[in-house]
Amino acid sequence: MSEARAKDEARTRVDRVLRVLLPIAVLALGVVVWELVVRVGDIPPYVLPSPRLVFSTLISDWAVLGASLLVTLTTTLEGFLLAAAGGVGLAVLFNQSRLIEYSLYPYAVILQVTPIVAIAPLLLIYLPQQAAVLACAWIVAFFPVLANTTLGLRSVDHNLADLFRLYGATRRQVLWELNLPAALPYILGGLKIAGGLSLIGAVVAEIAAGSAGAGSGLAYRIVESGYRLNIPRMFAALLLLSVAGIVIFFALSLVSHLLLRRWHESAIVREV
Amino acid sequence: MALHSVGKTFVNGVLALERLDLDVRPGEFVSLLGPSGCGKSTALRIIAGLSEPTSGTVEWLEAEAASDTAPRRIGFVFQEPTLMPWATVAANVRLPLKLAGLEPNAPARVDAALARVGLSGFAQSYPRELSGGMKMRTSIARALVTEPKLLLMDEPFAALDEITRFRLNNDLLALWRSLGKTVVFVTHSVFESVYLSQRIVVMTPRPGRVFTEFLIDAPYPRDERFRTSADYVSRCRQVSEALARAIAATEGP
Repeated sequence: MSEARAKDEARTRVDRVLRVLLPIAVLALGVVVWELVVRVGDIPPYVLPSPRLVFSTLISDWAVLGASLLVTLTTTLEGFLLAAAGGVGLAVLFNQSRLIEYSLYPYAVILQVTPIVAIAPLLLIYLPQQAAVLACAWIVAFFPVLANTTLGLRSVDHNLADLFRLYGATRRQVLWELNLPAALPYILGGLKIAGGLSLIGAVVAEIAAGSAGAGSGLAYRIVESGYRLNIPRMFAALLLLSVAGIVIFFALSLVSHLLLRRWHESAIVREV
Repeated sequence: MALHSVGKTFVNGVLALERLDLDVRPGEFVSLLGPSGCGKSTALRIIAGLSEPTSGTVEWLEAEAASDTAPRRIGFVFQEPTLMPWATVAANVRLPLKLAGLEPNAPARVDAALARVGLSGFAQSYPRELSGGMKMRTSIARALVTEPKLLLMDEPFAALDEITRFRLNNDLLALWRSLGKTVVFVTHSVFESVYLSQRIVVMTPRPGRVFTEFLIDAPYPRDERFRTSADYVSRCRQVSEALARAIAATEGP
């Protein structure tokens, strides 16, 4: 009995280590192959820089890149917060009033299905650049929050809804004590998607604004470095964008886990 | 409390209840027994005010109607435990008080309700940490916390295993005897209804109406001796036969 248990525990430990080690090993292998290809093929840095050059550029250009990272992250965060507030707020509004839902929902869908790359230049004409970038981040990110929250608000246990009715709950009580907690797992799922999308929205808008020149975000740096054939800096900026996306994803997963771990099925580790 | 010739037709045209008459006396334990789809749950929902009858009336004793508002005079236990998974056992039991704005002495009343169903040690647990029987106990504690005069139970133990069901049957009887509530208990189990009730109302399906009634005048307290007695078995046989006739009567040849 205890022997079998020790074996199980050992297996889970090995499993956990492998889950971290294997992706790292793949990454290391990829970097080594990349370095070898550059050296053996004697490829010039303006075609493909070696990983070492990318890293050293990252460090030497940190003053420029770090400032740009901050600009892009700020836009992303603002877009994300607005998307979260707007998505949840609209979903609650739709939930409270069917007429408003019927009137506005189709346009939320239209806003979502129209490619953001096509909308961005227009926004840049009508809005100041910073606002246009933010609007792009918002447009891309709010829809998954809206759609998921709407679904969550509708997925309330009917018996629980009856129970609230039986005890004479007010609309407000039903919303805060029943609908929103029941929708929380869905809302968090929407936010997890919105986090990555708001970064994409910010980058798309910065690139669209790129030729206008006033921007200083990471995507703008990529465009600018492209014009100057500063390929190592392009790679360094791209690396920072990926890392930012990964950090956003894990941060939101952690928040979701912390909020749901006591009660939701998704956060339960099953014993086999 | 009484239902007078209550009928209910759903929007999709299904006739759930037709001219249903039911009198419930204060302090009584009465079961509604019938096959699934006979409208017994619908009758219960109409009593609770969760559903409006299409015809007929629900009448309350004047004293009851005057003294209390509807939410406080009724406790309802659903087929499922129907707990909020995001809230602790204590918060779940506290809900009716919170919704009614009766917060001040809520903790004491929640503790008392939990103690009555034997869950004192689990106030801070979450529903998913409890067994099926304990979830149902929580649900019963929640129904009791407003100290209602009338307890409506809709097949509350149908999903539980037999051992747990027997224990909860015994505990429910003990609660009923000590608290003096009126209980309307919906079930499709002949054995459960005979064991628990003073009176069994057998219903016919489609449309639901009263077929016949049985008085179960065996003395309380009832326990395992009653459950294995010849008296219990013969009463169960009578009720089963009536139920079979009720089903046959509507199905026709």
